[in-house]
Formats: sequence, C-alpha cells, structure tokens
Amino acid sequence: MDFYTVLWREMLVFKRTWWKFLASRLVNPVLYLTAFGWGLGQDIHTGSGTYLDFVVPGIIALSAMTTSFNTTGTGVNMSRLYYKTLEEYLIAPISAVSFVLGKVLAGTLRGLVSSLIILVLGIFFEARIAVTGWFFAVTGIACFLFAALGVVAAMLINSHEDMANFSTFVILPMAFLCGTFFRAERLPGIVADVVGILPLTHASYALRSLAAGGVVPAVSVLALVGYAAAFFAASVWTIRRIR
Amino acid sequence: MIEIRGLKKNYGQRQAVADLDMKIEEGEVFGLLGPNGAGKTTTIRMLTMLTRPTSGEAFIAGYEVSRDLDRVKQVIGIVPQHMNLDLELTARENLELHGRLYKIPVAERCRRTAELLAFTELVDRADDLVSTFSGGMKRRLMIARALFHRPRVLIMDEPTIGLDPQARRRIWDLIRQMNRDGVTVLLTTHYIEEAEALCRRVGVMDQGRMIALGTPAELKERVGRFVVESLNGGQANYTLYGTREEALRHAVKLAGGVTIRETSLEDVFIQLTGRRVGD
Repeated sequence: MDFYTVLWREMLVFKRTWWKFLASRLVNPVLYLTAFGWGLGQDIHTGSGTYLDFVVPGIIALSAMTTSFNTTGTGVNMSRLYYKTLEEYLIAPISAVSFVLGKVLAGTLRGLVSSLIILVLGIFFEARIAVTGWFFAVTGIACFLFAALGVVAAMLINSHEDMANFSTFVILPMAFLCGTFFRAERLPGIVADVVGILPLTHASYALRSLAAGGVVPAVSVLALVGYAAAFFAASVWTIRRIR
Repeated sequence: MIEIRGLKKNYGQRQAVADLDMKIEEGEVFGLLGPNGAGKTTTIRMLTMLTRPTSGEAFIAGYEVSRDLDRVKQVIGIVPQHMNLDLELTARENLELHGRLYKIPVAERCRRTAELLAFTELVDRADDLVSTFSGGMKRRLMIARALFHRPRVLIMDEPTIGLDPQARRRIWDLIRQMNRDGVTVLLTTHYIEEAEALCRRVGVMDQGRMIALGTPAELKERVGRFVVESLNGGQANYTLYGTREEALRHAVKLAGGVTIRETSLEDVFIQLTGRRVGD
C-alpha cells in the first residue's frame, strides 16, 4: 500500500490545481479539433465516416501520451534536480516499485482525465465514437506506458533543457507521425515500418478501431501491454540504481 | 550510537573521504567541522546511503547501513543542507506525507503532527503552503519532519545555513531541547560559534581526513589556550600559547596593536587546517 502514499500526495496537488489543469488541457484539443477536424477536415475523405470520426481517437491517443509523459517526466525531473523532494522518498522505507507505481498511476489518471475531456469535446463537435469499456482500458494502458516512460526519462536525463530536447526529438515527432492525423502506412517504406512499431501508433490504431465499433485489436493491445511492462521495469531500475 | 570504520569514497581519482574512523556516543551532540570540500557532506550522505561508499563500514544503532538499510531508515532522521520540503503542500501535509511514508498509524500521525507543529512553533501556519514560508520556518519544518517518526539519531547537514541570527538561535534551542529528550545529534557546520554552543565533541575534517577530534576544551588545550593577535602591515598574525604568562612574555616584545585573548574554536580550526572556515 506504500504506492498509495505516493499517489495520495499527487492527488492532493491535483485537486488543488484542478481548474488550471482543466483549462490548460482544453486549449490544445480545441485547436486541433477546430483546425484538423472542423476546418481542414471538411475536405478530407477517409472512406468511411468523416475526418472528425477519424481524427478524434488519434487526438485522444496523442493527448494521453503528452499529458501522462509530462506529468511524470516534468514532475520527477524537477523533484530530482530542482526541488530535491525525491530524496524524501529515497530516504523513506518504501520500495522502488511502490514509488514508481504511485507516480505512474498519478500520471495515468491525469492522462485519462485529459483524454476524457477530448472525448467529450469530440462528441460536442459531432464525431461518432463507440465508447466502450475497452476504449477506456486501451486509453488507460497507453497513459500508463507513457507515464512510465516519463519516469525513465526524468531519472536518466540530467537537465531540464535536455528534458525539453527529449520532448522535441522523441515525443513531438511521435505526436505527428504515429497514425494520429493520418494513416502511418502512407509514409515512405522504412519510415512506415519504424513508425508502425512505436507505442503511439498502436494506441491510435487500437482506439480508432474500437471507436468505429470494431473488434478488440489484439496485437496492438498486447504490444501496448508489452511496452507498459518494459517501461515500468526500466523506471524501477532507474530508481534502484541511484539508491 | 554511530560508528564509522575505514569509510572511504573516491570520485574517480579524487578522494572525497579517506579512511574515516569515528564513534559517536548515545545522547551526544557531535559536530563535524571543516572547510568546503572537506568531505563532511559526503560522509553524511554515506551514512544515509544517498551515496555508496567505495569501502568501509558504518553502523547506526548497531545496524550496518548498507546491509540493514531498512532498519537504519527507521532510526535516523535527516535534515539536509538544501531545502527539500514539498512546496506544493502545506506544513501539515508535509508532515502527513512523511508519517505515511514511515507507515505511522493515523491516530499517532495526528498526535505527532500537533506535537511537532507546537514544538517548532508553526501551529499558526500549519495549513499554509510551504512556498509562502520564510527560510527559518522552512528549516523548523524540516526538523519537525525529520523528528516525526521518533528517530534515535538526527543527522543535520548545516542546519542553520543562510538564517538570520534570531532564526538560528531558535534552531539551536530546538536542537538542545530534542537532545535533552534523548536524541543523538550529528551535525555539520561552518559556524564555529554553532559548534561551541551546541556540541559536546567536535571532529575537524580536512581533505577527506579527520585531523582532530575531541571536546572544544581539549582541542583548544592542544593548540594552546591563549592567542596573541598582532597587526603587521595590515596582516593579522596569530600565535598560540599554553598559558597566559607565556602569551604575555611574547606580546610585550611586539610593537603596534596587540591583543591577548582566549583561544576560540575558530583559532583551533585555522591552526589545524591553515585556513579560515569557509575558504
């Protein structure tokens, strides 16, 4: 239950900054939905359904990634290098697994809330989305894996500037290329193959398929679970390493 | 209560701590003195396992720190040199978080929070965010937090650094009070008067080695209890003597402004390290 203490602290701060979080999480998706869905999207044909139906699951996956990654990435990196509050956890008699689990669950929760905001906005913009338990489960796994990646990055990267560089060189390209705004297969040969194995591609494809009322895409779900397990193990290792 | 045997830490070629041996008795307030880079903070970090020693052993309350870390964590409280409170939480929540991390039951947590907020005179500000606190208040809260799980040993790295004189006196009172309550204290300091005011024994470290260890009186005895301070072309000279008479015999031979006074720990320090504190 030690992880709950770590999570408890995060939720306390989350409650306190709730309105700020909500407002900041509204800006990006409203702009995306307006520009790509409503403005540009009216002239785009995707075969079945509108472009808005196509793009909303992609934006949900994208937002799950950025929110969860940034929550743990920025939080843990600042706590390690700037505020030094990480020491309080390192000195305390709790395990590395508990610490990581608490932080990652907090990141997952914030990611889920921001995904939910987009879902509501998407429906408001008249996107047709089949909302099922699997849809939320896949979003949750995606949030979890990116939150765990955030911990790994935060523990290995030794300056705030390089943290921003990691976002620019890794997170931002994924946001645009991983099947969020268009099908990744359209990319040239080898690029499409590389992008095809990235976690965000699996997340956006799985969510799009579920949103359209399709069957559970087993391969993508398994890939996401695999990534989540690997990143979680890596983040536990990064904490143990400095203890 | 604390025993260090042959503790060593190398960073590449540089030796931060070399073969350190020392023993701190239960109920003592022990001060580690030394210029910047002497190895004080590294020693303290090794005692709390935030830094792994290159070799050697350290025991706290009978537990070896690298082998029995979980037990050690329960018996020590730590006040680091830098402020590491959670600024996004209130004072009460900082204590609550600490209590939960140490698995203290809820009733005890409430009692302890009230007790320690009173002890550190923070009751009025208990529910304010720590980001609004002054330096002295933050220090006091760090002490309250370190004491929360009733540690037997409190390790403080520069507990009054950057504080104004009043805030420093209050921290000193807190240290004396908790020592009376049975807590063994190991502190590092730059402030000679702090060591004189608080510590039963002091150890002087220089370049990773313990170069002197004893009560302040013993150390003064060792270098000479009286100082002749003379000005020579703007440069102050210090000469130390065992007795006032010897000092006087030397002083009368000097021209210009001469002062004879009792040796301070600062003189001991300069004599032993060849530097002033803080150099």
